[in-house]
Amino acid sequence: MEYFVQQLVNGLTLGSIYGLIAIGYTMVYGIIGMVNFAHGDIFMLGGFAALIVYLILVGLFGGVPVALALFVMILIAMLMTGLWNWVIEKLAYRPLRGSFRLAPLITAIGMSIALSNFVQVTQGPRNKPVPPLVSSVYDIFGIAISLKQIIIVLVTAVLLTIFWYIVNHTPLGRAQRATEQDRKMAALLGIDVDKTISITFVMGAALAAVAGTMYLMYYGVIVFTDGFTPGVKAFTAAVLGGIGSLPGAVLGGLMIGLIESLWSAYFTIDYKDVATFSILAIVLIFKPSGILGRPEVEKV
Amino acid sequence: MANISHTTEAVSTNLMARALREAFYAGLIALGLFVLFVGLKTDQNILNELVLVQRWGLLATFVALAMVGRFLAVAYVRPWLEARKAAKAAAPVVEREAGFVARNFNLLAIVALIAYPLVMVAVFGFQGSLKWVDNFGIQILIYVLLAWGLNIVVGLAGLLDLGYVAFYAVGAYSYALLSSYLGLSFWLLLPIAGVLAALWGTILGFPVLRLKGDYLAIVTLAFGEIIRLVLINWTEVTKGTFGISGIAKASVFGIWSFDISAANNFAKAFGLPMSSAYYKIFLFYLALALCMLAAFVTIRLRRMPIGRAWEALREDEIACRSLGINTVTTKLTAFATGAMFGGIAGSFFAVRQGFVSPESFVFLESAIILAIVVLGGMGSLVGIAVAATVMIGGTELLREMNFLKQIFGPDFTPELYRMLIFGLAMIVVMVWKPRGFVGSREPTAFLRERKSVSGSFTKEGHG
Repeated sequence: MEYFVQQLVNGLTLGSIYGLIAIGYTMVYGIIGMVNFAHGDIFMLGGFAALIVYLILVGLFGGVPVALALFVMILIAMLMTGLWNWVIEKLAYRPLRGSFRLAPLITAIGMSIALSNFVQVTQGPRNKPVPPLVSSVYDIFGIAISLKQIIIVLVTAVLLTIFWYIVNHTPLGRAQRATEQDRKMAALLGIDVDKTISITFVMGAALAAVAGTMYLMYYGVIVFTDGFTPGVKAFTAAVLGGIGSLPGAVLGGLMIGLIESLWSAYFTIDYKDVATFSILAIVLIFKPSGILGRPEVEKV
Repeated sequence: MANISHTTEAVSTNLMARALREAFYAGLIALGLFVLFVGLKTDQNILNELVLVQRWGLLATFVALAMVGRFLAVAYVRPWLEARKAAKAAAPVVEREAGFVARNFNLLAIVALIAYPLVMVAVFGFQGSLKWVDNFGIQILIYVLLAWGLNIVVGLAGLLDLGYVAFYAVGAYSYALLSSYLGLSFWLLLPIAGVLAALWGTILGFPVLRLKGDYLAIVTLAFGEIIRLVLINWTEVTKGTFGISGIAKASVFGIWSFDISAANNFAKAFGLPMSSAYYKIFLFYLALALCMLAAFVTIRLRRMPIGRAWEALREDEIACRSLGINTVTTKLTAFATGAMFGGIAGSFFAVRQGFVSPESFVFLESAIILAIVVLGGMGSLVGIAVAATVMIGGTELLREMNFLKQIFGPDFTPELYRMLIFGLAMIVVMVWKPRGFVGSREPTAFLRERKSVSGSFTKEGHG
């Protein structure tokens, strides 16, 4: 039982990270109907930004209180990747808006290849290990919960609340939802559609940057290829939850995290990704638009 | 008169001011983008700790490049483009007769391809031609074959497949395993690999019949990953990440062999000096033949009811169903046919490399093949072949750019920038020509005369 709960905690942590990345996928998909394949690499870029900021802090001030360091890392990583995604959207996706469905997908794949190789060229191909930032572990009823896990789940929960508030209760969120429903009508009603879409990209990237920082803190190592696997898992999570649905993205992320950690705990770790992908396929056979996704109504 | 010159002057100073302002913003943005990633580099010191190396000079170069680029774009390139556009709109449309090359492009291309290895041998000698025939010729032809296979699924039937590399892997491992465990020959295994891959295509097709668009994309991607992970982890059979090496070579229909020790060695039989070039040239023609087969099958299938059904399915699934087309068999045959060519390409890849490992079947390969299909213009066989030549040949050429070492110093390795440039090229080509290299569409079915239309009139694809 304790073992099971332990794995549940681990799965929840992992799932939070996936959920944060998945939101970026699902928001962009919701608003312009495109799969932003470069999102995983934006996540990796966020992790690298956090790493470099951490090294700057250590270099400038020696020791820095961990809470402050994490805060600065997250903040700068968010700004950094937000800027990146803003530029990427402007250069690579905006000219293709209104073009046929596959065109932005191809530029996104190209961007993903370019970003990971850009980091490889500028930062080197080796693994980048950092000393553990947070190492305390608490024992609660026989279950080992590390401070890292608590921070990850807490930060995710706080961000999701803020995020949920923005989307549902602010003028910006209203503009986003309007743009999502009908871009032309939203434009006619005076919403700056281009700006709304840009902001959506920046928000998605900022959440991915937080996920990247958390990932760096949790695993203590990052490498330029790290965007791919978490990116695909998060995409899987977004689709599993029903792409375009925000609660779906979080639910999907948590599910993928749990499936992964429980499978590794009770079966073989080698096939954990096979299990994840198989469950995705099985779910989609029975619910072709994901768990919380609205079934697409086709108009003739 | 004075008035007019005054206004143009004002416009040009205005333009300059705007260009300078935009250049400044571009520089600022570039500074923001690159300050952490280019200005600083994470490196390991002797104690294996990460330290930062400062590279402000490089950062300044990046920022300066962005500023100069933006300035030139706003001040000169954009007005020039607009002027050209205006001139084009003003000029009367002249129906231009297609030139000799344009009219006979296919024939000329095939003749050039047949002559290619011989020309290379004539120019570089047997040993020197190896690189050109193998790295450029065969490599590009494999991608052409793969892209033509995927084209059936994506370009004709409109089903987005992000896991096409799975069938490539099935074909490669079918040949590698069956030839090393059972000792069967290449000529027997080539069709078997195709059939096995087609079988897998059908197996994948069943669960995704109800899925559309991006749901379909993720499940096919997942399928590709599953196959790769199984290949890595099922070590008893596939030897995991070590891969299978020492795969038997192909022979010329069993008459002449390319094994050096064999009695019926090709070079011995003809009394030629020993060289590995014969085998490569043979493989080149084999790949060319397989490509021609794929092209022939695609062209013929498009004129058959099943091909028409694919294209109808791509344009509108509901209309397709209401006209009584069985979408289940239509989708499954598209998957199976596409997968079959993937499998054939895979077994050819295995026989060419003599070695297969899961490394060769990563998602990136699927992405590259899909990019070639889309960049080529979805459905256009010629466009896809051109795209494969440009993208694969272009990045392959980067390996040859040793003169760059003289410019940037001996530490400069052009190979490192290969995939970076590949990714950027994908973006640039797509933004520049969203409909791919061949932008016009020729209908498969037509009344009296065949008229090409702009690609923007069709939903996607060619026809």
